[in-house]
Amino acid sequence: MRGLISAAGYLPYWRLQRSDVQAFLGSGGGRGTRAVASHDEDTTTMGVEAARLALRGAPGAAVDGLWFATTSPAYLDKTNATAVVAALRLPAEVGAFDFGGGLRSGLGALMAALRGTGTTLVVAADQRDGLPGGADESFGGDGAAALVVGDDGPGTPVVAELRGVASASDEFVDRWRTPGERRSKAWEERFAETRYLPLARDAWARACKAAGVEAGDVTKVAVCSMHGRAAKAVAGKLGLAEGALADDLAATVGQTGTAHPGLLLAAMLERARPGDVLAVVNLADGADVLVLRATAAVSSWRPARPVADQLAGGAVSYGRFLSWRQMLTPEPPRRPEPQRVSTPAAWRAEDWKFGFVGTRDRTSGAVHLPPSRVSMRGGAVDDMEALPMADAVGTVVTYTVDRLAYSPSPPIVFAVVDFDGGGRFPVELTDVDAERIAIGDRVEMTFRRLFSADGIHDYFWKGRPLRSATPEGDGTAARAATAD
Amino acid sequence: MASHGIRDRVAIVGMGCTPFGEHWDKGLDDLIVDASTEALGGAGITKDEVDAFWFGTAQSGMSGITLARPLQLQGKPVTRVENYCTTGSEALRAAAYAVASGAYDVAMAVGAEKVKDSGYQGLNAVNPPGDGTARTLTAAAMFSMVAPAYAKKYGVDEETLTDVLATISAKNHFNGARNPRAQFRREVSKETICASPRVAGTLGVFDCAGVADGAAAAVVVRAEDAGRYTDKPLYIKALSFAAGSGSGLIDPDYDYTHFPECELAARDAYAQAGITDPRRQLALAEVHDCFTPTELVLMEDLGFAGRGEAWKEVLAGTFALDGELPVNPDGGLKSFGHPVGASGLRMFFECWLQLRREAPAERQVPVERGLALTHNLGGYPGEMVSFVSVVGTALG
Repeated sequence: MRGLISAAGYLPYWRLQRSDVQAFLGSGGGRGTRAVASHDEDTTTMGVEAARLALRGAPGAAVDGLWFATTSPAYLDKTNATAVVAALRLPAEVGAFDFGGGLRSGLGALMAALRGTGTTLVVAADQRDGLPGGADESFGGDGAAALVVGDDGPGTPVVAELRGVASASDEFVDRWRTPGERRSKAWEERFAETRYLPLARDAWARACKAAGVEAGDVTKVAVCSMHGRAAKAVAGKLGLAEGALADDLAATVGQTGTAHPGLLLAAMLERARPGDVLAVVNLADGADVLVLRATAAVSSWRPARPVADQLAGGAVSYGRFLSWRQMLTPEPPRRPEPQRVSTPAAWRAEDWKFGFVGTRDRTSGAVHLPPSRVSMRGGAVDDMEALPMADAVGTVVTYTVDRLAYSPSPPIVFAVVDFDGGGRFPVELTDVDAERIAIGDRVEMTFRRLFSADGIHDYFWKGRPLRSATPEGDGTAARAATAD
Repeated sequence: MASHGIRDRVAIVGMGCTPFGEHWDKGLDDLIVDASTEALGGAGITKDEVDAFWFGTAQSGMSGITLARPLQLQGKPVTRVENYCTTGSEALRAAAYAVASGAYDVAMAVGAEKVKDSGYQGLNAVNPPGDGTARTLTAAAMFSMVAPAYAKKYGVDEETLTDVLATISAKNHFNGARNPRAQFRREVSKETICASPRVAGTLGVFDCAGVADGAAAAVVVRAEDAGRYTDKPLYIKALSFAAGSGSGLIDPDYDYTHFPECELAARDAYAQAGITDPRRQLALAEVHDCFTPTELVLMEDLGFAGRGEAWKEVLAGTFALDGELPVNPDGGLKSFGHPVGASGLRMFFECWLQLRREAPAERQVPVERGLALTHNLGGYPGEMVSFVSVVGTALG
């Protein structure tokens, strides 16, 4: 049996009130909120966060492939999946590949993994942009999803088995963006809607047939598309039972592009009961349908941080949102910008920089962040063990707010953090309100992009306030609370 | 294995110090020539009579040539020194050791920094290529973490601590207002200090040292030769140095209320100089007041006040110009700004004036005690280098 061993969504902390757009520009916007990646997040970092959560839900999985899909890659030519592999500290044997460009690539990568072999971690992330006041700006959202795909086995039970897939592809220019452009364009909506309807019905019918289910028997269906009107129309023509249509998170998160099918699938799986049939329909240059069935193992599966727990966030002003998206350029601090990262130096420090792995002196137990060959206590040389700290939780001992230092989004909030179980690290905090930080606050680590220079992104870890279940938490309470 | 020091073996016989400030009309070479010429003139010698040179600059130039070119030194041993903000002090330490060793008869230490050509605020270090994981905080932010930690540990309420820090700032500006070489020569009220815009944490603009260009220089000779150059030499009683390992940043035992490197350097200096009660034996102290909380903590690290007591002493005026132990009678970094390579030597220059009773009357302190201390630090809480010296007017 092949299927999903684990799944997780990651939503950035910040939310833009769509009504703020109208207040600022006099037009545009709408109701509800959209998820906004912080200035230090990109599709790679969001993908890492989703993948960390997915792997926590599949502790026994031996991943041998990592496929990363996005329409907004941090790099071209250079593979982004290798940074995800490094941050997850997966072995070098893992094949790391990007699936780029098209909005179908997220679900497409998942379908390919489900029909393939081995254990593949499929990661999809998108950052959806649009010009100020436009529909894409409000309708889009930022987020990531990660799914562990593999064969059922001891220690890696499949929680949702593959039942059927079907695709219907067609060539027509509905939504497009030339390389280098920030803004997508779309053809007049009515035309594509007339194309998506028959394509979706065709793929849906074939997928249901392959899965051996009737449309009315499908427990939950997520319909995703950047073409909102087509998604709504298709949902109404699938022959679904009452209440089978899943929340598409439009009111809270927005459409997260390539990440959205995986994100909604993770959200459905968090609430699934054994035997539930789950389906995802994605409309982009055709239609793709995936049908899964939750196994008995789903009842004992523990999502590390359910999507439902991440729906609420902190408010970001429209002005700050625009500056984060480089639609508006605020005056920077008059300090020199950082130098580009040295490739050999970064490579030598890969475990530290990408994996947040320190060392611990075997004799004194002293924790060294960053790693050190010589101990600060007792002076032992080369008697250290590697100490992965990315999942450690700590407490703010003291902190400061730096209003002068260079930052892509000043001020810098900086704290001295003591980790539970040992180790101290002075670290920048993110997803935090500078006025509300306090000594004693609990902090977890998150993978971020500090800055970019000469087109090279500087990835490293920051602290952020621990807001929901602990990284080691089992998510049971959230699961019970969201079960219907 | 021991730190023996070179007590009474070396004397300072000439010093120079430029005004510190925004010298838009002077380059590094001008500052070097001005300070060096004054120091050589004070000792009554020419550059040819100096056997060796140590030149301190953090980032205004590379190699000894940066000094040799403007002074046109022909074939002399000239070494460039860099050790964070203690750079100027380190140039003097090297020159003094060279004379004490017998290798040279006459040596000169010059420190200079041209900061205001960068076009940016503050001091900006140029770092070697790295992996991108190093902190990018300003020094103000790193030192700002000292204030709340100190207040919490010793139960000082926020309002009182603000008053303590403002008192330090106001005192140094008061002294600087009486110093024609200072960058800022105005008294500043505590009200103005407290109302200044925040830079980092609770620190405002007036809690931070300024940024200035400047240079200072000293000529050193063997103590027994000092009389040939001046009637009023300053004898070096102690030169000590401590470099931390940086482990304070990652050591959960470090609490940001003291600087262990400064405590170590002070202890060594007092042992070298035979000082047992610095508060009562020193006539004055020049300390590294890069930020107001730094000076507060230093009063304890240098043994001028007990642990947790310095804030009370500050409020009592112990370290004021007319206090029991005047600290930074020249105005400190607060009034002078901080041209990194020059600051340490600028502190010696104030000891030179005060102990020789050559300071302007309005800021001359009583110097019957005959000893003065300079303290210079570089880096941050948890990752610091520290220098302490003691100089005196008499042998023995």
